[in-house]
Amino acid sequence: MNEGGRAAPVPLGRIFLQFLIIGGTSFGGAVPYLRGSLVTKLGWLDDKEFVELLSISQSLPGLNATNLAILVGDRLRGALGAAAALLGMCLPGGLLMFAVGLVYRQHGDAAWVNGALKGVAAAAVGLVLATVVQLSQRSLERHFDLVFIALTVLAVNRFHLSVLTALVGVGALAILWHRPCRPPA
Amino acid sequence: MSQLPALVRVFAYLSLLTVGGGMAAFPELTTLTVDVHHWLSFTQLIHLYSLGQLAPGPNMMMIVPIGDWAGGALGAVVVLLAFFGPTALLTFAAGRLWERLEAWPWRTSIQRGLAPVSVGLLLAGCFTMAKGAVTGVETAAIAAGVLLVLLTFRINPALLVVGGAVVGVLSF
Repeated sequence: MNEGGRAAPVPLGRIFLQFLIIGGTSFGGAVPYLRGSLVTKLGWLDDKEFVELLSISQSLPGLNATNLAILVGDRLRGALGAAAALLGMCLPGGLLMFAVGLVYRQHGDAAWVNGALKGVAAAAVGLVLATVVQLSQRSLERHFDLVFIALTVLAVNRFHLSVLTALVGVGALAILWHRPCRPPA
Repeated sequence: MSQLPALVRVFAYLSLLTVGGGMAAFPELTTLTVDVHHWLSFTQLIHLYSLGQLAPGPNMMMIVPIGDWAGGALGAVVVLLAFFGPTALLTFAAGRLWERLEAWPWRTSIQRGLAPVSVGLLLAGCFTMAKGAVTGVETAAIAAGVLLVLLTFRINPALLVVGGAVVGVLSF
């Protein structure tokens, strides 16, 4: 896919290297780093393409960071580009967490480590809540969508249905609700 | 008995639930890794998830140590392949199909319909985690503080998680 008269295809090694850099430096969430690097610094995508690929990433299973890596890699160099981008994206964090797991297993029950982890876990809860608020502001268009949010939470937390059941059940309802050409209420 | 087949099954299944973010799969991650397979404790899972928020790249790399603990270094690799393989193929195929479906009216319906469900799944995951992570006034204050700061200022979330660690060392 080489629309807009884009210049020569990006070499696979460069795709891998750029995603390796993003994968190794994107502390606190990969999406802003991806935008800064791919759109602003490298010019591999324009902003409109980036937002479109991000919205596809959010609708599909899989993490935004890896889904975006696959979609961008595919645009740049097809299947091999997607594989190179995915590998680069995952390698640094994966190796780091492997090491963290070893250290945690050795020292995880030291008193000060436990205190630190308590604080980190509480902060992570705040972080997810902030993501929930920001995602709602960005992607919800109608107040009625709050009903689907509530149904999903109730299904999982209150009725202990599996996430899969909630996803398929409430998902199907919500898609039907937003079906094409719904006569104006 | 080798845990590898179970690791593949569990993490391939979990990956399909991560609509909206890794947190969407957290309730199921808890059930399967803690209650069913006993690969780690609920507290350890919360710790690993939270530490994972400090690592660069995709924010679910905390699955790597689970694989390592259950099945050694090979387990870590197997978990990564199981967790990212199926969704990678799905995204690859859907990404190509998506452009051709631009005129298909249900495309917008699917996006609009899944948006609130993915928000709900993230919230449900967050509540599951909060049961173990928010256990008193101090931890509730840290969580609320992080939420308020993130909604008010443009600041790197990883810094706030580090801040949570500092507060934790000083107060617990």
